[in-house]
Amino acid sequence: MLAVADLNAYYGRSHVLQGVNLKVGEGEIVSLLGRNGVGRSTTCRAIMGLVAPHGSIRFKDKEIAGLKPHAIARLGVGYVPEDREIFPRLTVIQNLILGLKNKGQKGRWTIEDVFELFPRLGERTHVLAGFISGGEQQMLTMCRTLVGDPDFIMIDEPTEGLSPKMIEQVRQLIQEIAQSGISVLLVEQKLTIALAISHRIYIMGHGRIVFEGTPSEFQENTDVRKEWLEI
Amino acid sequence: MLEFILFSCINSLLYGLLLFMLSSGLTLIFGLMNVLNFAHASFFMLGAYFAYEISTYIGFWPALVFAPLGVGVVGIFIERYGLRSVHKYGHVAELLFTFGVFYVIDELVILIWGRNPVPYEVPGGLDFTLLTIMNTNFSAYRAFMLLISVAMFAVLFFVITRSRLGLIIQAALTHPETVGALGHNVPSVFMYVFGGGAALAGLAGVIGGNYLITEPAMAQNLGPIVFVVVVVGGMGSLTGAFVASLLIAALQTFAVGMEVSLSDLLALWDVYIPEASGIIEDLLRIQVSHTRGMLPYLFMVLMLVFKPKGLMGTREE
Ligand SMILES: Nc1ncnc2c1ncn2[C@@H]1O[C@H](COP(=O)(O)OP(=O)(O)O)[C@@H](O)[C@H]1O
Ligand SMILES: [Mg+2]
Repeated sequence: MLAVADLNAYYGRSHVLQGVNLKVGEGEIVSLLGRNGVGRSTTCRAIMGLVAPHGSIRFKDKEIAGLKPHAIARLGVGYVPEDREIFPRLTVIQNLILGLKNKGQKGRWTIEDVFELFPRLGERTHVLAGFISGGEQQMLTMCRTLVGDPDFIMIDEPTEGLSPKMIEQVRQLIQEIAQSGISVLLVEQKLTIALAISHRIYIMGHGRIVFEGTPSEFQENTDVRKEWLEI
Repeated sequence: MLEFILFSCINSLLYGLLLFMLSSGLTLIFGLMNVLNFAHASFFMLGAYFAYEISTYIGFWPALVFAPLGVGVVGIFIERYGLRSVHKYGHVAELLFTFGVFYVIDELVILIWGRNPVPYEVPGGLDFTLLTIMNTNFSAYRAFMLLISVAMFAVLFFVITRSRLGLIIQAALTHPETVGALGHNVPSVFMYVFGGGAALAGLAGVIGGNYLITEPAMAQNLGPIVFVVVVVGGMGSLTGAFVASLLIAALQTFAVGMEVSLSDLLALWDVYIPEASGIIEDLLRIQVSHTRGMLPYLFMVLMLVFKPKGLMGTREE
């Protein structure tokens, strides 16, 4: 599905991604872990074309590095940015409508499905998105990307700042996304969740991948955890 | 007195809607692209000249449609083949670019139509007095301008709040990257907004050019006041631009008729300055109507000092 090879990215003069290599296969949930500031979000943004990528990004066997974000999205890449990034001055339904790439688009997830799955959003269709709770906003951002029918979705820190109950809902949603046939790249702080739902994990340190393996391989490797995740 | 108030109200509504027609494009362009478009009033002037040219061949009514379209095409062209390339060099370069465009258009207009005003006139069918209330005439053309302005406002309101494109524009005002990542072509939205804003300014030129005077100075005369509207309203806010347009129009319209001095005004609040002399005395004797030209700018300066985001500005730097 996605193959990133020797990806470099810069913010001005600072060399943030220094040769990232990673792969996400069809139907896989892959987690990208690491301490704050190592470049996980930048990796997502570079794949999405929001920061200039240097290196190779192949999606469904097509080189997408250098394409514009909207073109990348239309090829089937979905992105749920960190910090939610809902459109606060638009209503819940308007936010979802903007997730549709074309008017009346119908894919794996429709707006009706979203309201069925999250009745709380359905009850608030005409409320400004800036006024719903943080958990609802998180659901809204994820669903907004889902109704655009991506084949691969990147979700950046979806459980940040949420209550345990909401975190559980987010976890369930991610699994349902994978079950609907969408490949997932998850950036997550909470190890327990990432380990529970991922098929494979990557650990990032200082702009490159420092570990790659299955959750059980990671569990056995206490050195990696000490060096790259614990503070 | 009553008729003064009535006519000042109608006049300021009309003037306000025209200001809004000019400032709506400018404020959206700023909000979306962060570009302060110095050349925006040039589109107003082009609208008037295009309409003059078209109306000499096929009449005013076709000009009403084709002149704004023509100006919109010019706008799209400038964005697509000029501004977009300059974008990567930053905001200062963009600002200088629009500054250059302003003078290029100015000189082109002089080259083609000359320095003197052109005889672009109110269409014959509308050149009569519609009604007279208490000795003051209200011409049919003013009523027509009002009608067009209100219709324009309704259409713009509908497009922005109800259409898909409008939603994309609203979302891109605050989160352009996210909108792009959802699969919407943000650069082309910018281009259409630029073209649409230019067309609206052009429309203002079409219906205002024959009412005022169509001459090369008209862009320079109007440019600054449009900036005031955008700054006072809050850069990037359409609602703000609307409120500010009406406010500034009212401020200027009512000031014209106020034949009172500052000391008279102060007297209303029982403030008397008995021993005023020299410059203080001169200041107190200034008539409010004479401050008409200065008021909007004073308003803007005060706004920037006390509420720099403007009435409805939401930009976070
Ligand atoms: N817009 C930006 N401008 C400059 N530096 C940035 C910007 N965004 C992130 N950085 C820097 O890039 C590095 C990686 O950031 P990021 O990818 O957000 O890390 P993570 O998501 O892993 O916490 C950090 O050192 C951060 O300070
Ligand atoms: Mg991050």
